[in-house]
Amino acid sequence: MSDVTLRGVVKAYGPVGVIRDVSLDVADGEFVVFVGPSGCGKSTLLRMIAGLEALSGGEVLIGGARMNDVAARDRGVAMVFQNYALYPHMTVRDNMAFGLRNLRMPRDEIEARVARAAGILQLGPYLARKPAALSGGQRQRVAIGRAIVRDPKVFLFDEPLSNLDAALRVQMRTEIARLHIALGATMIYVTHDQTEAMTMADRIVVLRDGRIEQVGAPLDLYERPANLFVAGFLGSPRINMLAGRVAAVDGTDARVACAAGGDLAVRVKPGSVRDGDPVTLGLRPETLDLTAGGPLSGRVDLVEQLGSVQLVYCTLGDGTPVVSELRGRAAPKVGETVRLTASDGGMRHVFDAAERAVTLHGAPGPAAGMRAAE
Amino acid sequence: MTAAPAAAHRAARSGAAAPRRDALVALAFLAPFLVLYAGFLVYPLFKGFWISLHDWELVGTRREWIGLLNYRDLWTDRLFWMAVRNTLAFVAMTVPAMTVLALALALALQGPGRWRGVLRSVFFLSSVFSVTVVTLVWQMVLSPDNGLLVPLFRAVGAEPVNFLGSRTWAMPAIALTTLWWGVGLPMALFLAALGQIPAELYEAAELDHASRRTVLSRITLPAIRPTVLLVLVLQIVGQFQIFGQAQLMTQGGPANSTLTLVQYIYNTGFRDWLVGYASAVAMALFVLMLGFSMLQLWLGRRGDA
Repeated sequence: MSDVTLRGVVKAYGPVGVIRDVSLDVADGEFVVFVGPSGCGKSTLLRMIAGLEALSGGEVLIGGARMNDVAARDRGVAMVFQNYALYPHMTVRDNMAFGLRNLRMPRDEIEARVARAAGILQLGPYLARKPAALSGGQRQRVAIGRAIVRDPKVFLFDEPLSNLDAALRVQMRTEIARLHIALGATMIYVTHDQTEAMTMADRIVVLRDGRIEQVGAPLDLYERPANLFVAGFLGSPRINMLAGRVAAVDGTDARVACAAGGDLAVRVKPGSVRDGDPVTLGLRPETLDLTAGGPLSGRVDLVEQLGSVQLVYCTLGDGTPVVSELRGRAAPKVGETVRLTASDGGMRHVFDAAERAVTLHGAPGPAAGMRAAE
Repeated sequence: MTAAPAAAHRAARSGAAAPRRDALVALAFLAPFLVLYAGFLVYPLFKGFWISLHDWELVGTRREWIGLLNYRDLWTDRLFWMAVRNTLAFVAMTVPAMTVLALALALALQGPGRWRGVLRSVFFLSSVFSVTVVTLVWQMVLSPDNGLLVPLFRAVGAEPVNFLGSRTWAMPAIALTTLWWGVGLPMALFLAALGQIPAELYEAAELDHASRRTVLSRITLPAIRPTVLLVLVLQIVGQFQIFGQAQLMTQGGPANSTLTLVQYIYNTGFRDWLVGYASAVAMALFVLMLGFSMLQLWLGRRGDA
């Protein structure tokens, strides 16, 4: 069993709290991604699981055993570092074999394990090279290989792809995902890149200021963000946020008057908002359409052609920037005034004044769209 | 029609002129250094060699060309060979010990912590003293009459050893003084090198079950290898030139057992006025130092491959 449990984990440097009461269960074989902005404590949390950072409070359990006082080397974890941390004076083979030799493993067993890892990671031709003679992607593979040969209970990845160029990052992303399927091991992966989180994770843990904001499957978080922060952090381009007020509420049906003009029917949790409450509407770019009769009016600032889609950046009447993702349609010209509307059936997220989601999920969006507030 | 080739011609000409202009500018910037280098290093070296081919008095006008006669005399000069032996012994006592000691101190004192910071300063502090102060302090420590070690000898009921008056102990005592005096700089060099090693390497090694000894031999030492080489060469060059400590503590005695090459040069040139002969000894010292430094560098490079 190689599940990981965090119970009320706290890390503080003097009076400064870095991790504040984090509890989490990672199941055996699960791929969990810690994601959040710089300084949210995600790397610190990972290092606490690894045993490289002491806990100020709480408990870390691996496979059900309490690890607080167990040295990093004895926790059965392997870590892949951001800067690879390859031993520069050793060959690729020695880098991978180093840990096994320290464990006094029989030579042929070491050979077999290194050969297997080299096979999985296509490192065969490079075994006799030193890290300086490898490309960034190859170094990263060696770092992963060093983790694989130890056959750890838990793999820990600390922003492993952040030093690679964009193309290589995408390639390594799929390789790590494949590796997870092949090895079936528990993996905890830290990144600040929401795309990596969305594409690789079984479950995403969104962190902010040392606290867990939300835990869930990628699509779950994308479709049902618990608050404005999670909604804003996941998804690229970013979700459009429109300030507004509740104009009318009747059970779960409500109308929100946007500050930029126009109002919009939404569904909210019963009793969560009242007439006149300030709210924020969250509309994903793919649910914001350009339509001749749309209730929102904006000026086109920029059009990005991405091939299959085009991104239209506009500024609404009250200065709110929005972006709309169009598929296979003629794009408007820069400087043109366009009308926008929320597409039927697209999720309309509603957040209250405390930035908590009050959206009613589980039912399709109301068929009635927006109407112009003229 | 004619404008284009003409422009191309101009471009080609200015292209050829550019490197020459760059070279002139570079030379202008290098000139101050080159002048000093030539005036204070190259010229004296050759002048020294030139003098060593003469019977050359310090004061006066005697400048007789005698060819390699000074070097022939050197070959049979008992005192010269004694100075060579003493100097080599001193280098053998100080260079490895200094390097190991400096590295050990750096390993112990690297990293954060107030006490480490204080101790780093303390160990470096001795380097800023002048040789006069250092030798005075150590003469007091080693004195058989009222030295710091006397109570220790008395405590075990032994007669205090007169270190500086003993043919066996005088040179080791000078070496010890030199270690105390000179350990600061190599320690600082090692500290700087150790600080450059990424912390992640040590964390990776921790996860790889590496013992402290393995970490030292497989990670730390390979990483600071260039600094070890640098320290060794600096030490070789520095310790071969041992003069002040021996001159002030023992004046080369007892019975010339601490007479070093530089002291011999000093005595020959400035006491006996035989500048030609002194220059020949200096050339021998130069060759010796060059040889050992090259050997050290060569060994270091070979290990790199």
